[in-house]
Amino acid sequence: MTVLEQPGAYRPTPPPAWRPRADAAPLLPDAEPYRLLGTAAAADVAADLLTRLHRELVHGRRYNAQATALTRQGRLAVYPSSTGQEACQVAAGLVLEERDWLFPSYRDTLAAVVRGLDPVQALTLLRGDWHSGYDPRDHRVAPLSTPLATQLPHAVGLAHAARLKGDDVVALALVGDGGTSEGDFHEALNFAAVWQAPVVFLVQNNGFAISVPLAKQTAAPSLAHKAVGYGMPGRLVDGNDAAAVHRVLDEAVRRARSGGGPTLVEAVTYRMDAHTNADDATRYRTDDEVEAWRAHDPIALLEEAMRDRDLLDDRSVEAVRESAERLAAGLRERMNQEPVVDPMELFEHIYADKTSQLREQAAQLRAELEAEAEAEADESEKGAR
Amino acid sequence: MTTATAAGTGTARKPATMAQALGRALRDAMAADPSVHVLGEDVGTLGGVFRVTDGLAKEFGDTRCTDTPLAEAGILGTAVGMAMYGLRPVVEMQFDAFAYPSFEQLISHVAKMRNRTRGAMPLPITVRVPYGGGIGGVEHHSDSSEIYYMATPGLHVVAPATIADAYGLLRAAIASDDPVVFLEPKRLYWSKGDWSPDRPDEVPPIGQAVVRRPGGAAVGDTAPAGGRAGRGRSATLISYGPSVPICLEAAEAARAEGWDLEVVDLRSLVPFDDETVCASVRRTGRAVVVHEATGFGGPGGEIAARITERCFHHLEAPVLRVTGFDIPYPPPMLERHHLPGVDRVLDAVARLQWESEFTEGRAV
Repeated sequence: MTVLEQPGAYRPTPPPAWRPRADAAPLLPDAEPYRLLGTAAAADVAADLLTRLHRELVHGRRYNAQATALTRQGRLAVYPSSTGQEACQVAAGLVLEERDWLFPSYRDTLAAVVRGLDPVQALTLLRGDWHSGYDPRDHRVAPLSTPLATQLPHAVGLAHAARLKGDDVVALALVGDGGTSEGDFHEALNFAAVWQAPVVFLVQNNGFAISVPLAKQTAAPSLAHKAVGYGMPGRLVDGNDAAAVHRVLDEAVRRARSGGGPTLVEAVTYRMDAHTNADDATRYRTDDEVEAWRAHDPIALLEEAMRDRDLLDDRSVEAVRESAERLAAGLRERMNQEPVVDPMELFEHIYADKTSQLREQAAQLRAELEAEAEAEADESEKGAR
Repeated sequence: MTTATAAGTGTARKPATMAQALGRALRDAMAADPSVHVLGEDVGTLGGVFRVTDGLAKEFGDTRCTDTPLAEAGILGTAVGMAMYGLRPVVEMQFDAFAYPSFEQLISHVAKMRNRTRGAMPLPITVRVPYGGGIGGVEHHSDSSEIYYMATPGLHVVAPATIADAYGLLRAAIASDDPVVFLEPKRLYWSKGDWSPDRPDEVPPIGQAVVRRPGGAAVGDTAPAGGRAGRGRSATLISYGPSVPICLEAAEAARAEGWDLEVVDLRSLVPFDDETVCASVRRTGRAVVVHEATGFGGPGGEIAARITERCFHHLEAPVLRVTGFDIPYPPPMLERHHLPGVDRVLDAVARLQWESEFTEGRAV
């Protein structure tokens, strides 16, 4: 069927008969970020969900600290921490079904780990022994995307393809506030809305694109408002309220699953650490600002709400803390093992079959390696003498 | 009536255009494999601005042949996601220069996904690009963009020069598990040839060049006895896509001048068929590379270097290049001065140091 045969398809009509195609009002985000913790509605959140969120938040914070420590020990080339953003990471990692797909950026290894990915595999890119450490199909987690927002159209295409095949699959794509300025953000949201693809976009607005604050990034009333221009609903949520982020994402995922199309969710949060271990955040933000966000800490917010409902006591907090330590120790131990790299693998995955040029270059590298090994053997023989 | 059926349904060879053969390749690929999806701007209802996709939306529905929003990065980016889910997208970039917005997706993801995932996630995407000049197009409609693609490891870069190759190579590109940038020479879209859509010629896998016109044809008594035996006044013209017919025409004209020119059609720039090219150059001892793309940093430099590295002791003269000038593609009223034509090719052939061979011959 082509557009000429589609009933109800948009046809241009001259003014004054011309009208907007839809009412924008239902698409508008709430006036302020949606919150659950600390409100009366928190009482209705399932206890086991809160317990799960809490465990993952505490584990996640420890994971971030451990990964940052690994950069200092030279075990990771670089680490972009998500400390402060754990509520977004954990909710994104938990909200999907197994058959769904997650499209993370480089700062979202925690979400991938919460989804089930082995942390060592998740950190392969940042360790530097390969560009990605896992088969995306194993946990339906796309490779971490370093070029900003470029993973968003992938999520749209995958969700669209799944729907064409009649599969019940939703894609959740993560992006930061800086990424919303990229052209791919715009194109992805536009395609998603036109195709009514089952995809959810989660913008973690952590206030900064490295050093550039949101005010220099956009003049939009909020990032969630951008949804309206594409004809999809925008939702604004407190990104440090794990229960609220989970609730809003869950609603968006359900909506996508039921054929309701895409949703843009903006989670308002804060990056407590610098951009990466190589960045100095004191050059662009004040301690007062950081302290204000520390008072709105995602773990503290959740623990307070759980204690109010007697879902948490000192002992259970300690137990979670201990299991986080065990995870960190396990990660440390495994990351302290020297990764095995094979220079010859550099030529293995460029094409299904190596070109003659790559075969020649592989032979060249192999000869270099053999000469190197021979020279080393000679050296050690000399040393032995 | 669709393009595909217009090309005929019988096995008899009938006149067809390259655009029709390309359309038929898409149709046959879609019929053979339900995972093949065509997407791009105006490819559905309109059938593409060059009508290559004419009839596909009608035959397969608009979810198989989809008019997308006007956004090339979005088209290729969503194609990546579709390929990740097991589809085999064929995207159309409307014109060479309109593909540039999609470069980040192409270079950072399409070309790299297989390598990034250690082979776990190849992306079988075909990017069709109507490319090159000679159609009187205004600015941004005539670029030779192959130089950008061939500099990107992970992509195959293919350019057909004949109707049979257009069909066969496009089928091969769609069937390939590697991403293929499929450059369609716009000025050959309406070239005609006898071709049977139901008995398409066998086309070798992507990566094999072909000697389109063999050397060794009788060129009269002008061949000197000297030099290396049997070479006479021979040379190899190397080209691809829109420049192949120019080279064939030049080779024909060169006969009258007593030159025996072999014409190699590369068919694909990546993979590059060193073997066929070098075998020809070793036979003839001379080579001229011909393409529309700019000379500086263009494919000809790479090809000349490869020949020099591999065939130095067989060469009677430096490898020459006949290319577009190092200028942005000119406005249509001036394009004929820019495009390599038969005369410029023959001028280059004349500069292949024939005299030194005569000298060498006399010395013997």
